[in-house]
Amino acid sequence: MHLNSIEGQLSIIRNKLSNKIVGIAGAGGLGSNAAIALVRTGIGKLIVVDHDKVEKSNLTRQYYFLDQIGKLKVEALEENIRRINPDIEYIGIPRKLIPGEMEKPFGKVDVVIEALDDAETKTRFIEEILEKLPDKPIIAASGTTGYGNLHRISTKQLGNLYICYDPEAKSCEEDILIASHVALMANWEADLAIEILLSEEI
Amino acid sequence: MITVNNKDIEWIEGETVEKLLKRLKYVFPVVVVKINGEIIPMKKYSTTIIPDNAEIDIIPIISGG
Repeated sequence: MHLNSIEGQLSIIRNKLSNKIVGIAGAGGLGSNAAIALVRTGIGKLIVVDHDKVEKSNLTRQYYFLDQIGKLKVEALEENIRRINPDIEYIGIPRKLIPGEMEKPFGKVDVVIEALDDAETKTRFIEEILEKLPDKPIIAASGTTGYGNLHRISTKQLGNLYICYDPEAKSCEEDILIASHVALMANWEADLAIEILLSEEI
Repeated sequence: MITVNNKDIEWIEGETVEKLLKRLKYVFPVVVVKINGEIIPMKKYSTTIIPDNAEIDIIPIISGG
């Protein structure tokens, strides 16, 4: 076999990732785009929690299509994912995360991705994961608005918490959400997840 | 003296996380705060007192996703 070739390296990576589970809280701009990147890279199983339905306004940045308007996001995302890899294990949970038990869907995942919208919900989710699943790596994003200024974005690591962070970004109530920028943060989260998952096996 | 995000600032005896955030003019309602390696949950901001020489990381969590 050509294990030393680039193709060989990719197949080793895909093989490792095929045994891994990623949990994603939220299937909006961050979650839908991160999920697609993970599926294309070869992740074995995804657990996605979101209670919203696809709206027309979501199409400016979320990985959905016109004919999916009105569908549950976790179902629309499954359709799109299966068009890339029909064999992936996928669990879509169409429920709101309830404070006090936000960690419940993620007990068996290898990495958690925070892909929520509202700042307070994001923070509460991060805290609950850190408190109740202390050994679980969690990746979050803070500062997804605007465009350009990519040099400001970096990964801040606080123990098991990794935050893709733009310190000068405004909140989504004060600034625009742009497809290129939101997808960049989503892919930043997905890339960190892959880095963590592959570093676990040396 | 304490350090916040690698910058030295004055230590004030008895200051809580809540008061420090106010002093540093954090405008976002929610932040992740870590003091000497330990993450402080939001509900403890008003009761957690910052020790001298503390190393603190503050990351605001901003809406949007």
